[in-house]
Amino acid sequence: MTLTILCALPLVGALVTALTPAGGGRPKQIALAFSLLALVQGIIVAARFDKDGGSQSTEKVTWIKAFGAHYALGVDGLGLLMVLLTVVLVPIVLVAAWRDTARPSFFAWALALEGFSLVVFTSTDVLLFYVVFEATLIPAYFLIGGFGREGRSWAALKFLMYQLGGGLVLLAGVIGLYVESAGSANGPSYLISDLAQLDLSTNAERWIFVAFFIAFAVKAPLFPLHTWLADTTEKATPATSVLLVCILDKIGTFGMLRFCLGLFPDASQWATPVVVTLALISIVYGAFLAIGQDDLLRLVGLTSLSHFGFITLGIFAFTSQGGSGAILYMVNHGVATAGLFLTVGFLLRRHGTVRISELRGLESVTPVLAGLFLVAGLATLGLPGLSQFVSEILVLISAFDYHWWVGAIAVTGIVLAAVYVLWAYQRVFTGAGVLATGAEHAPVEERTVPRPGRVRRDVAEDGTTSPDPERRLTRRDGPTTDLDRREVGVLAPLVLALVFFGFVPGPLLDLANPTVSALMEHAGVTDDAPVVAEGSAH
Amino acid sequence: MEFTSPHIEYAQLWPLFVVFGVGCVGVLVEAFVPRRLRYLTQVGLTVVGLLVALGGTIGVGVGLKDLKGARGLVAGEGALAIDGPAVYLWGLVLVCAIAGVLLFAERRLESGVTVFAGQAAALPGTTAEREASSRGLEHTEVYPLLLFAVFGMMLFPAANDLIMLFVALEVLSLPLYLLSGLARRRRLLSQEAAMKYFLLGAFSSGFFLYGLALVYGYAGSMQFAGIAAAVQGGTANHSLLLIGVGMMSVGLLFKVGAVPFHAWTPDVYQGAPTAVTAFMSAATKIAAFGAFLRLFYVAFGADRWSWQPMMWIVAILTMVVGAVLAVVQTDVKRMLAYSSVSHSGFILTGLLGVQAAGDLGKGEITSLTAVLFYLTSYGLAIVGSFAVVSVVRDAGGETARFDAWTGLGRRAPLTAGVFAFFLLSMAGIPLTSGFIGKWAVFSVALSAGAWPVVIVAVAASIVAVFFYVRFILLMFFTDRASEGAAAVTVPSPLTSSVIAVTALATLVLGVVPGPVLDLVQDAGSFIR
Repeated sequence: MTLTILCALPLVGALVTALTPAGGGRPKQIALAFSLLALVQGIIVAARFDKDGGSQSTEKVTWIKAFGAHYALGVDGLGLLMVLLTVVLVPIVLVAAWRDTARPSFFAWALALEGFSLVVFTSTDVLLFYVVFEATLIPAYFLIGGFGREGRSWAALKFLMYQLGGGLVLLAGVIGLYVESAGSANGPSYLISDLAQLDLSTNAERWIFVAFFIAFAVKAPLFPLHTWLADTTEKATPATSVLLVCILDKIGTFGMLRFCLGLFPDASQWATPVVVTLALISIVYGAFLAIGQDDLLRLVGLTSLSHFGFITLGIFAFTSQGGSGAILYMVNHGVATAGLFLTVGFLLRRHGTVRISELRGLESVTPVLAGLFLVAGLATLGLPGLSQFVSEILVLISAFDYHWWVGAIAVTGIVLAAVYVLWAYQRVFTGAGVLATGAEHAPVEERTVPRPGRVRRDVAEDGTTSPDPERRLTRRDGPTTDLDRREVGVLAPLVLALVFFGFVPGPLLDLANPTVSALMEHAGVTDDAPVVAEGSAH
Repeated sequence: MEFTSPHIEYAQLWPLFVVFGVGCVGVLVEAFVPRRLRYLTQVGLTVVGLLVALGGTIGVGVGLKDLKGARGLVAGEGALAIDGPAVYLWGLVLVCAIAGVLLFAERRLESGVTVFAGQAAALPGTTAEREASSRGLEHTEVYPLLLFAVFGMMLFPAANDLIMLFVALEVLSLPLYLLSGLARRRRLLSQEAAMKYFLLGAFSSGFFLYGLALVYGYAGSMQFAGIAAAVQGGTANHSLLLIGVGMMSVGLLFKVGAVPFHAWTPDVYQGAPTAVTAFMSAATKIAAFGAFLRLFYVAFGADRWSWQPMMWIVAILTMVVGAVLAVVQTDVKRMLAYSSVSHSGFILTGLLGVQAAGDLGKGEITSLTAVLFYLTSYGLAIVGSFAVVSVVRDAGGETARFDAWTGLGRRAPLTAGVFAFFLLSMAGIPLTSGFIGKWAVFSVALSAGAWPVVIVAVAASIVAVFFYVRFILLMFFTDRASEGAAAVTVPSPLTSSVIAVTALATLVLGVVPGPVLDLVQDAGSFIR
């Protein structure tokens, strides 16, 4: 029951939040409480977890007998890491978005998204996975379309069309699996454990693999199915972007590991050349796109394209280092990118714009914000000592193992990452003069004086009177202040995690390794799992 | 010559007779009950009649289990087949009919009168019309008309010979032609719709009748079993059979609104009173697909290889044309009409999944199961959607223009939310019944090797998702409050209960479809 409770807590919380009157009911506090309860439950699941025990905390109830579908949950190392990432990030996002919107429905949708995502990461039945995979899109759609910047409704439509298109292709694959499994001796079953035993013909396996892969490549996203990404992150609120890019998009790479490798190992190896090529294009092209952006939110969104290229590369390199590195990468990317999105979001709140060309010299105005942006950015570019470095190294090793030129191309991604992070930092936070624009909001000289203290509290509370609360809340008047305690508190755990796991990646690797070695065994690949050298912490 | 009286299985057929009988009583009520009492009498009578018939249908369905061997019986001297699928479809039609009556009886929306014309005979724009409206006249004949249509719809999927099939087709169609023309507002549009429906319907019936005659000429038998034997025997004159099958298909495809016989759908759905559209769009499709399945499974099943290519093409065309044309609509009712066309295509996809029992894996769902489930989910969702359309109004009555619906999600979040939910179900998003239906029809088609159709179906689904989602966007995320924006008129419990029940059913069937799927699977297959 632990997993059912884990998944149900946010969903119940979403309902309660949605039904609580906005006036005196304190819906935000309720939402936060439920997300914290989910966090506690996630920690309980982790505490009970035995890292060599395979799929655990399992539950299985027949759901639709005619389809062979089950309500079946269970976590392995990969699932647990994703679950922990989700339950940790959501409370952080809720606190970060505390004053972004006056409408509590944001918090309800965010919780719904959390609940569905948790089912995605823990389901051990393909139909259940598919159902919640699609169901996550509904809260995501309302989060993008309902909150954010001008043009968000169009971005929401684009996002949803891409995702549902991928989802329908996946549906064809899921149905194909049913047809294959119904032809087997045991009758139809959607349990992953049963499907892994299935003896698929080469042709069927390849077709179904392609259907699954396309859906996950849209989700992850991978070139050339990435064009929704930048538009979405630009128009949505940064908090929504964290939910989408750091949690929801992980479903893509999670699915590649769980389903593409887990169910169709032969077809995955067959497709490797194409997938690796796409991954390399994503790494390099994504980085170049990011360098060319003027909008910081677009920039951060596109860096993820590059990162998802790395993750995919690690997965399809078919080595233990690659697989473990990819899983590690998924966690670290979630943390680092969340940090970037949230700091950019705090910038947006302060200046009403995050166009690089309109910002300058902010280091002296908001030094804490600048510093935290830099830390998250340095993690993103793989600075040793920050957690992303470890995962990047593992992926690169496996890339070089695969073929030297694959590794060589992938390395350029790291160099380019330094360009997009540092150059953006340089233009926004350093430089002569202090603030180039934003003059229409307040006199420049007033802004140059950083005034300590809290930002105005009444903004969120009275926002309903404005015709468009979203727009109003993102553009604030008055002097620019540095991060307040709430905002620092939001970023602190992320930064601590980046530093901690930079030095002590062992716990994460220990969780990832058994999953990966099981997958490699299933695919018939043998090599040694990466371990942390003796003497290092842990 | 000695006359032998036919043997009628009253024990199994009585739900049919209840519906027909109450319809006849309704006609007498029109003649003898004073005007002020007619509304209550008719509504009460109709609802009770339909409920009794529904109860009877359930009883008959349970009783079928007790029959030894075959799961059903051939009744009425071979004219009717009472088997699991037929009884299930009866139940479905009756549920939609009850919802229809409740919508017909709604009086709060038009401030005290029903949505039907005060006096159909009064020409639009004349003093007679104004007088009828100022006297608050109502047409209570709509209830018996509905009952007759329901009677036809119940006969249609149970018909086991060609004559009965044709009779049922006409019995169900004629009342619908009339009902379509009875709108209280925008009467010319409504009358045009009725005229169009009638002319095209009559024309397609002609085709149907001609095809029927050819099939009889080929098989020498009116009964499906006899035709099946002849088809299996493969007597000479195969072309006679092919032409006959083709022409009968025209009649049936017209009824389900498949391309290229779909042209009436948008006009009729738009012009007819919304309550009628709700009832008609669901129940006609259910009945017609039931008849379609029986005719093609039982009578022509052995000649599958001849008609399947035609169905492939029709299914593909229907899905694509329906979905693409729905994208460019600017009227909710027309959008739903085109979406219903594309849904016919999806159901036809399920029909293509027909396989010999031996080819099916253990526990694999059959084409019949898939189609019946799809009809259930779609029927309920479309009744609910049109019920929602009927409560969204502006000063000039009901309004279905996209402009008027813009931003409805902010003005009436609950209504818009329910409508969005129905749209999501029709788009086949998981956790709604539409998803399970879509899954079922795709899987049977794929299993039967019709993968090109499934690929087109996936593509058409993506297009369909686009217009559904765009409409949700329009309701929720478009801020502009334009002139003449529609608002939600609070309906009486009649309409609200229909909306609530259909929405709930759509959710429940999406989350726990097991019981209904089991019921449908239990219904077994057609008897011969």
